[in-house]
Amino acid sequence: MELNKQQDPKLAPDILDEWFVPKEKNRDEAEQVVRPSVSYWKDSWLRLVKNKLAMLGLIFLILLVVMAIFGPVISPHPGDQQVLENQNQPPSAEHWFGTDELGRDVFTRTWEGARVSLFVGVVAALIDFIVGVTYGGIAGYKGGKVDHYMMRFVEILYGLPYLLVVILVSVVLEPGLFSIILALSVTGWVGMARMVRGQVLQIKNYEFVLASQTFGTKTSRIIRKNLLPNTMGPIIVQMTLTVPAAIFAEAFLSFLGIGIQPPLASWGSMASDALPVILSGHWWRLFFPAFFISLTMFSFNVLGDGLQDALDPKLRR
Amino acid sequence: MVTYIFKRFFAMIVTLWLIITLTFFLMHSLPGSPFNEERTTSEAVQKNLEAHFNLDKPLPVQYVSYLKSVIQLDFGPSIKKPSDTVNEMLGRGFPVSFELGMLTLLVAIISGITLGVFAALRHNGIVDYIAMTIAVFGISIPNFVMATLLIQQFAVNWGILPVATWKSWQHMVLPTLALATGPMAIIARLTRSSMLEVLTQDYIRTAVAKGLSPFKIVFKHALKNALLPVVTVLGTLAAGILTGTFVIEQIFAIPGMGKYFVDSINNRDYPVIMGTTVFYSALLIFLLFLVDIAYGILDPRIKLHKGEGK
Amino acid sequence: MEKVLQVQDLHVSFKTYGGEVKAVRGVTFDLHKGETLAIVGESGCGKSVTSQSIMKLIPNPPGKITNGKILFKEKGLVQLTDKEMRKIRGADISMIFQDPMTALNPTLKVGDQITEGIIQHKNISRDEARKKAVEMLQLVGIPSPESRMKQYPHQFSGGMRQRIVIAMSLVCEPEVLIADEPTTALDVTIQAQILDLFRDIQKKTGVSIILITHDLGVVAQVADRIAVMYAGKIVETGNRREIFYKAQHPYTKGLLNSVPRLDVESGDLKPIDGSPPDLFSPPHGCAFAARCQYTMEVCEKVYPFETKLSDEHLVECWLQDERAKKMKVNIR
Repeated sequence: MELNKQQDPKLAPDILDEWFVPKEKNRDEAEQVVRPSVSYWKDSWLRLVKNKLAMLGLIFLILLVVMAIFGPVISPHPGDQQVLENQNQPPSAEHWFGTDELGRDVFTRTWEGARVSLFVGVVAALIDFIVGVTYGGIAGYKGGKVDHYMMRFVEILYGLPYLLVVILVSVVLEPGLFSIILALSVTGWVGMARMVRGQVLQIKNYEFVLASQTFGTKTSRIIRKNLLPNTMGPIIVQMTLTVPAAIFAEAFLSFLGIGIQPPLASWGSMASDALPVILSGHWWRLFFPAFFISLTMFSFNVLGDGLQDALDPKLRR
Repeated sequence: MVTYIFKRFFAMIVTLWLIITLTFFLMHSLPGSPFNEERTTSEAVQKNLEAHFNLDKPLPVQYVSYLKSVIQLDFGPSIKKPSDTVNEMLGRGFPVSFELGMLTLLVAIISGITLGVFAALRHNGIVDYIAMTIAVFGISIPNFVMATLLIQQFAVNWGILPVATWKSWQHMVLPTLALATGPMAIIARLTRSSMLEVLTQDYIRTAVAKGLSPFKIVFKHALKNALLPVVTVLGTLAAGILTGTFVIEQIFAIPGMGKYFVDSINNRDYPVIMGTTVFYSALLIFLLFLVDIAYGILDPRIKLHKGEGK
Repeated sequence: MEKVLQVQDLHVSFKTYGGEVKAVRGVTFDLHKGETLAIVGESGCGKSVTSQSIMKLIPNPPGKITNGKILFKEKGLVQLTDKEMRKIRGADISMIFQDPMTALNPTLKVGDQITEGIIQHKNISRDEARKKAVEMLQLVGIPSPESRMKQYPHQFSGGMRQRIVIAMSLVCEPEVLIADEPTTALDVTIQAQILDLFRDIQKKTGVSIILITHDLGVVAQVADRIAVMYAGKIVETGNRREIFYKAQHPYTKGLLNSVPRLDVESGDLKPIDGSPPDLFSPPHGCAFAARCQYTMEVCEKVYPFETKLSDEHLVECWLQDERAKKMKVNIR
């Protein structure tokens, strides 16, 4: 670099006279675009895989589902088998998670509870998805007066405290699995509807959508190519948050005694049943259902965070 | 600003009316409820109920009279305890719940904002990772699990704090902590991400270029803007804390309104369920209203945006 | 003439995942008292990085001044601690950024944002600071400044906001004002007003201005001297006449040819082909060689020496070499 500061070229004899000739060159070389094109979903997936915490969450969730399906099958003790001499046994080789006060195997019951808890969470999220996307989609797509009145209604529902409504509806309905799901869904879809409507409104006005319309692109293609990739991301993220919220709400209802009723059990009702005995040292009764609720919440939360980052089209590099 | 407040106030009244109506008709549609034909209550209670709810009159008349009594903040008698009215229960239980709720909110806000701000200022540093690990666990662990964990450690294993009831400050520590972790985690994450975003804004660079100290930049320029999104979730968080008191008061045997409410659900004490639902909804909706107003005061841009039309 | 600011052989790098980006690679220039120096170049040429380095606003990490000196009135700035640098920022050297819509804090009153700088740097009361701020707003042409002080940024138009930003940057009477694309985000009519304002305040306050821009139209209106930057280096410096009428570097000519001009009758606009080089691995020789019409073999091998054409006119290009002149290449 010191060379550059010298004023007199004669002091740098290594610069040869014959270098002062015009050079032919190929101009196209410099103009190559380096980045290979990758589809939106593949790109998102690649970025999700790189997020270790999110992948951990995904693996936990898969394991939980697998155990919910096969756990009760591989256990030697049926969940409703009451063996009175085996009351309140701590975890052992025979009873992996111990037994409860009726001598039932906690391992089997934990995975049977997983079925109920996951079922409640997933079905509630699906209902929220169907109702919310339809409602929000119509409001956003139609716009104008329709949108105005539809959103007024949503705003009022949004003002209602979620769990209070759930409690109220649960008190009124006959206790049972579907009553709970119904109670969770009465106002659960409102958040999804607001989000979808906002997205649709926003995307409708994007310049690239207007541009495709002026080029005469078919509506179906606009929906497939523009609207879907841009709304699916937030919708998926929202759903990863709805499932754990529903699982938590069910556990909460079970705690208040208006959730899942025996003989069915969920993680929430198992934890609730275990509360009175926790002080007598039967920690396993509470530990396993509580641990798996927390693990599920954790997995959905980190997966949701990861998806949010991975699916954001603005973050594409 | 005035029209904005007025509109929000109107929306608040409509929501409240909706809740009152909803609860009223839900309770009247129930088979086996005292509002129906099948009466299973004692004669003394039945007299109280009839007198208060005008049960011998047609439904619309009952509805109007119920609306009237709610507006006068009179929620009627209890079924299970004929000597008690819902108002007396609220009078006894609510101050305790309110104390627990406010303590929780205070702890959650202060610790959540502190964690979030430090995490953002040390972005990708060790403080950030620790704070966010705490936050992820705080969000993942339900409050009833947190409560039992705390009881196990502090009360059973170490024996340094009492388990139940609500008498001295020592009694308040565990329930407050159990209830505050969730909201704290949410506030911490929100504060962190919004602080990170604010710190990249041009006006922060302007403030640096003015020669302001980092302290002034963070507290005068960044924090206020970063906290705006946090203010918007306060209403929802308060609702979460309020419903959380139902569970926490049950676990810690705290004689608050939440405990009465849960008991009334299990006893099918309908006037109490109705009264408490209406009272709590009113409280929460009023809180949401206050949050909206606070937001309007904090963000000078809001007056123009929302005042017109929307 | 007194040199207010000297930048000598400045090198700035950014560490990224892809490697080290050498954004500024040996920039040298002086700023004299009361003059306006324009630094011109395409986006990504390092002009904004240079200006932010002077204020030490480069976020570190990833950015770092790897070599060189920045002297403000003979005082070195590079090795100053952050605390010492804070006394310079806003008081001796101040800065204006591109977008007036985002440069002001939306939730603070305009008056507070103007006065906080004076209160920070000068030992004066709040009242005196307010008086000074009102004076400043008057100077930049804000009507009824007293009441405007109590308003928030969103209550002003873009042009008005840029006036406020300028008032804010001048309120401590700095010696140097760095304006980074101050008119780019504004309408053309407003642009002209703001440029007039710059000339006006320079006359009144004697402040030296560094104007960072890609817009030669702006340069022609206000600059005394011009430095043309390409790929992290200054390739040509000169006063306004020299650059606009006697430009020597092919890049400078390319820039001039790509802008419509009324004073020169030279037919069509000619864009410069190609795009700037990758600064992860900048070329050994002249960075413009790949896009230059007159590239010789030497251009790709060795970086050209500086040639002094007049007191102020400096150019770094091999075409100035005696041996190249023998080649009789025609330069338009």
